[in-house]
Amino acid sequence: MYTPHTPQDIRAMLDVIGAPSLEALTDPPAGLKIKGDIDVAPALPEAEAFAHIRAMADENGAARMTSFLGAGAYRHYQPPAVPYFAFRSEFLTAYTPYQAEASQGSLQAIFEWQTYICLLTGMDVSNASVYDGSTALVESVIMAAQATGRRRVAISRGVHPLYRRVLATYAEGMGISIVELPLDRDGLTVVPARFDDDIAAAIVQSPNFFGAIDAVAPAAQAGHASGALTVHVTAEALSLAVLKTPRELGADIAVGDAQSFGLPVGYGGPYVGFVATTKEHVRRLPGRLVGQTHDVDGRKAYVLTLQGREQHIRRELASSNICTNQALCALIATIYLATVGRKGLTSIACANMANARALASAIAAVPGFGVADRAPFFNEFVVRTPLPAAELAERLEKRGILAGLPLSKFYPELTDALLVCATELTTTAQIADFARALTEEHTHAVAAV
Amino acid sequence: MPSLLFEQGAPGRGSDFVRDAGAPKQFLEPDALRADLPLPDLTELEVARHFTELSHRNFSVDTNFYPLGSCTMKYNPKLNEAVSGFAGFTDLHPFAPDHGAQGAIRLLWHMERTLSSLFGMDAFSLMPAAGAHGEITAMLMAKKYFKDRGEHERLTCFVPDTAHGTNPASAAMVGYEVVSIPSTARGRTDLATLRAKLDGTAAVCMMTNPNTLGLFEDEIVDMTRAVHDAGGLMYYDGANANAIVGLTRPGDMGFDLMHLNLHKTFSVPHGGGGPGSGPVGASARLSPYLPAPLMARDASGTYFWDEDRPKSIGAVRAFPAHFLAIVRAYAYVIVHGAEGLRSNSRLAVLNANYLRAKIKEFLTVPYADYCRHEFVCSAEELKKETGVRALDLAKGLLDAGVHAPTMYWPHVVPECLMIEPTETESRYTLDAFVETLRALVARAHEDPAAVQQMPLHTPVRRVDEAQVGRLANKGIGLRWSPPSDAQS
Repeated sequence: MYTPHTPQDIRAMLDVIGAPSLEALTDPPAGLKIKGDIDVAPALPEAEAFAHIRAMADENGAARMTSFLGAGAYRHYQPPAVPYFAFRSEFLTAYTPYQAEASQGSLQAIFEWQTYICLLTGMDVSNASVYDGSTALVESVIMAAQATGRRRVAISRGVHPLYRRVLATYAEGMGISIVELPLDRDGLTVVPARFDDDIAAAIVQSPNFFGAIDAVAPAAQAGHASGALTVHVTAEALSLAVLKTPRELGADIAVGDAQSFGLPVGYGGPYVGFVATTKEHVRRLPGRLVGQTHDVDGRKAYVLTLQGREQHIRRELASSNICTNQALCALIATIYLATVGRKGLTSIACANMANARALASAIAAVPGFGVADRAPFFNEFVVRTPLPAAELAERLEKRGILAGLPLSKFYPELTDALLVCATELTTTAQIADFARALTEEHTHAVAAV
Repeated sequence: MPSLLFEQGAPGRGSDFVRDAGAPKQFLEPDALRADLPLPDLTELEVARHFTELSHRNFSVDTNFYPLGSCTMKYNPKLNEAVSGFAGFTDLHPFAPDHGAQGAIRLLWHMERTLSSLFGMDAFSLMPAAGAHGEITAMLMAKKYFKDRGEHERLTCFVPDTAHGTNPASAAMVGYEVVSIPSTARGRTDLATLRAKLDGTAAVCMMTNPNTLGLFEDEIVDMTRAVHDAGGLMYYDGANANAIVGLTRPGDMGFDLMHLNLHKTFSVPHGGGGPGSGPVGASARLSPYLPAPLMARDASGTYFWDEDRPKSIGAVRAFPAHFLAIVRAYAYVIVHGAEGLRSNSRLAVLNANYLRAKIKEFLTVPYADYCRHEFVCSAEELKKETGVRALDLAKGLLDAGVHAPTMYWPHVVPECLMIEPTETESRYTLDAFVETLRALVARAHEDPAAVQQMPLHTPVRRVDEAQVGRLANKGIGLRWSPPSDAQS
């Protein structure tokens, strides 16, 4: 195993300690010893453990299928350079960089992550990461409630349903109430001219859950007219490469998930949430922040700063309870952005848009299917299906295709709607296969009737 | 100091990753597009040099001894890394149908059953992403539990003065009033004070056991009884669980709720501050409130996600688990088995007591009892005699290639150094650490100014935290800015 102690070591150490036996030293008080067996499988030698887990991985047939699933988790190309550097022991096995002298590598990388997030969102300041896009949204609501002294938020139904579920879970415990902004027939948020005077935040996702580039600017105008902060949510961070920035659209806080920047879909995590804002709200940011400074010899150095906001200093008065964040995921995103650069990120984003449009055309050409494309989209859009979308998705699975997400999972009224996604990894052949499969399924369905 | 990425590169550098598909304006109207994307273009070699150089400016478990109290910086086995990288896991989409993800759900299900058995809980949720995330999850569960019972007046959360800062911060997020319970001269939470403060407003008592002084709360059963008698719930902060795995169980101590840090106790790497994994366990009366969905297995042995949890608080992150972190922890469990896990906890306690016995020859160890997996010592006397503080000793250790212990916390011990060696360190490493620290203390007596200057040999020396804080308050110095608006 991974412990180095020989029986002689243990004996000699016990003698130094003055304890009669390892059990005497380490047993819990009488009465609290575990009675009976613990239900843990017997130890496996390493080679068998490797094979055992390999077999579990191989059982996941869905990982090998052609996939048009997005909906908050996106399959993108990961340049081999990214894990090669990110998983260096010196990054992987380091602790939180509280000791600046021993952590300049991690600290500078976080400073670079903060900068990338600011450059992508147009905001002034970014924190060092939060757990994922959904908790980034929760943190933004806490910031807005603190900034405005209000306890209600307005959130678009176009925000990812799981993000909204997480917000609802926290909001119930925190005593914050939520009003929903409906969507119009094109899947865009219906924004009122003004919000009620007790609304702390107006929250819109763009591209929204249906893939549409949504009405952030009108929400920001209405928000500012009513004294609310505007929160821009992004689940597909790659879209930031080409779309107007949250700042340009008038957002006060930009939050989202940066999974698309080099992190695998990984059955749901770990991913990496970001929270960026204007200078005005810097002290309300949750969690760690890295700043640039100098050491006693005048050398440039990086250090955790504004720790007076954080739980280890301020305890129950902290701006958030977050401690451990997603540092390694933020490092992966940083190395990804460095590796692909402006040129690569732009071309990858364009490949996503090109493939999504090719997919939309191919599907629109299949009799019985329609594409909701009246609102502009990035790499995701809604398909109207001639048979229930959930049933269609099951049929395509049997052909080795993950067709997309049936929207009835989250919007029960949308039984004939499938959310599909194309990325730079989607091929012409996959699109042709998908269209052929839809044609055949539709033919079968019509024949069956 | 290596220059920033943004000060390197030149437009057009770097590989072609995809075929040219055209320009953004071919796909979207100009009013939807950003004007410019001001990111640097770098060659892969520039990226390689940059991040390799940064990595050389870090301490890490693979390069340095890390006696960092309450952080459990044990070795991170490379088996864990390899298996978490299998394509059957990394390429699996969270919306994949359950029948195409049987291996993944099965792994999570077994991990959950293992944790429930090891810690005496009815069920665990693997959803929380970190320890503090587990804490807030449990506070939300407690709040909903009392709401369902109509006990709206239960809004007090009791937290020992030695608790992690996340405890009061998590409790405050759900609107609980935090009441701090002092420690006794024996370094244990004061049961008499707790009893005196318990009343009909009691919601939760959050306890770490062993506590952050490294001492087992030997009155834990009486505490649990007192809190339960007052109608409150007991919460176990699993930050120090590495001392107890296979030896005793929070469930048997009477805890209703708990979290674990798989990145401490179960060898998931810390990654420079995350990602972690903070599963939350619950007793039978609280488990209906766990986040949903939960892993389940039907009569035919098929695994599925159970969404039908009507009392659940909801969800605390978008998808049900930090899956790839849990794969790592699962690998750790299956190569150890129950006996291996128990042995690790025993050896962690042995290593801590060995250091304690040797270090008390030259630094004050304030509590007489044997410790568990960690212990605290104090540089208060040294400071009075020489002016050298705990901070200076910690910085001196950095010069010797040893990571600093946790400092100035818990606050009940002045000039506190909290030391946790973990079970994976050898007697040889522990002996070398003791001699390094002994020499530093001796140096402090001979030449205190020299120790106060340390570190001398790290990539940077002590940094100016005051200046950066003043600017950061105005939002300055927290990012690189283009030269044109460098004042911003």
